[in-house]
Amino acid sequence: MIIDKVKKLNGEEKVKTRNESASDRMIGKWVKCDNCKEILYKEELHKNLSVCPNCGKHFRLSARRRIKQIADEGTFEEIGKDILTEDPLHFDGYIKKVETLREKTKIEEAVKCGICEIEGQKVVLGVMDGNFLMGSMGRAVGERITLAIETAIKKKLPLIMFCVSGGARMQEGIVSLMQMAKTSSAIARLNEKGLLYISVLTDPTTGGVTASFASLGDIILAEPKALIGFAGPRVIEQTIKQKLPKGFQSSEFLLEHGFIDKIVERKDMKETLAKLVRLHTATKGGVK
Amino acid sequence: MSKITAWDKVTLARELARPKAIDYINNIFQEFVELHGDRYFGDDKSIVGGIALLEKIPVTVIGEQKGKNIKENMERNFGMPEPEGYRKALRLMKQAEKFKRPIITFIDTPGAYPGMGAEERGQGEAIAKNLMEMSKLKVPIICIVIGEGSSGGALAIGVGDKIVMLENAVYSILSPEGFASILYKDSSKAKEAAENMKLTAKDLKKLGIIDKIIEEPENGAQNDFETICENMKEYLLKEIKKLEKLTERELVEQRYKKFRVM
Repeated sequence: MIIDKVKKLNGEEKVKTRNESASDRMIGKWVKCDNCKEILYKEELHKNLSVCPNCGKHFRLSARRRIKQIADEGTFEEIGKDILTEDPLHFDGYIKKVETLREKTKIEEAVKCGICEIEGQKVVLGVMDGNFLMGSMGRAVGERITLAIETAIKKKLPLIMFCVSGGARMQEGIVSLMQMAKTSSAIARLNEKGLLYISVLTDPTTGGVTASFASLGDIILAEPKALIGFAGPRVIEQTIKQKLPKGFQSSEFLLEHGFIDKIVERKDMKETLAKLVRLHTATKGGVK
Repeated sequence: MSKITAWDKVTLARELARPKAIDYINNIFQEFVELHGDRYFGDDKSIVGGIALLEKIPVTVIGEQKGKNIKENMERNFGMPEPEGYRKALRLMKQAEKFKRPIITFIDTPGAYPGMGAEERGQGEAIAKNLMEMSKLKVPIICIVIGEGSSGGALAIGVGDKIVMLENAVYSILSPEGFASILYKDSSKAKEAAENMKLTAKDLKKLGIIDKIIEEPENGAQNDFETICENMKEYLLKEIKKLEKLTERELVEQRYKKFRVM
């Protein structure tokens, strides 16, 4: 029944809702699911891990909420908090934009990293935040992630990265591009130490993040129906001059093409991560 | 000397007549043997690679290859590699490591190809893998941007011990058109974007991204190709000699630190 309803609503009407502004969808205590268009009580939605109870759409999560869902309560200790956006290109209006955004969102940067426990097991956890310049990676983001990777190496801990990103941060130009090399080099070092790295791709993961640390996990998980790719769909459509088929670059598409290990629903994410981490704790006597 | 703008350099870097990777390979090295294929799917002609001699030193050379006319460009996909190209490059680089050959790469691309097939076969994964693997290769790597170095498609063969640019080459996060379309919501503002992107060799040297600028005549590399090749060859010989004095461990450590501070 529900599936039928969603299917029906997935037609032309969906296009219309896409153009609505965020404020149209988030009015006061209510929010409209942009997939099934059901009006949801915001608190209910958050209680349901920001997954639409009607159609199962996984709403985008702030880093703060994500950490709350994944880390054992009170265990998250942030690292690299002091690393903030710089302006290497002296790009007109950039710093002002960042400062205004920081004030408005109360988010410091597009990624938050720290050490925490997941079902009692210590890990380094990095969580990107799509609410901050589309989770784009500039120097501060690259530096925070690299520091997180190096912390995992130093403390011999597993690394988990939740990715959400529009790609490299344009305003930092070539410096953003170099963050791809920096983070990937750090992952190479993590691998040499035999440490586990789980990458979790969420909606959307594209561009320079897909083409660096996001694609380098020993195990790569994804949330359902996330957009994952290198080039954005609009760029591809402009290049090939045709519409992309439905579901192109979705998590399900990537699974089929062999680029991710598993699609995990949000309600099962913590448990899955905990299990995978536990499976990598083997000493000579077997797992803990 | 008249003032050359950043956009002028973008135009020069894209000129059809500008020397391409194979021109450098044939002029600087001897006995080049081209090797093909990624061993998984196919052979991407927008990346060429193989073994050659630099004076008496066997080296592995890899380059993004654009065409000099429409026909060649069709064949080379305008120098826009698909995953197979990057995987071929990585295969040849691993081979270089096995036989302890230095690696020289020539960067010249508008970007990785944004097509359906490329996405289906893991463009992002292919680039990511190259970045990670290049960072730990135990042989010297020198990367030279000879024309257009655009986006992850350029960086995918650009993680080296020395990064060099020709004077009129450009190296950037994205093409000025793409940049303008994202930040100014208007791709026709590419000229303006180019001025703000800090994409010239001089800008990148100042930012500490590149190590060396190889001079070229004001009107483009094709006007004094021989001299440029001589200078490039001299630089390569000098730097490879220096890099080969390092232990493998020192070499990899130094490369890590180079990108770590960026």
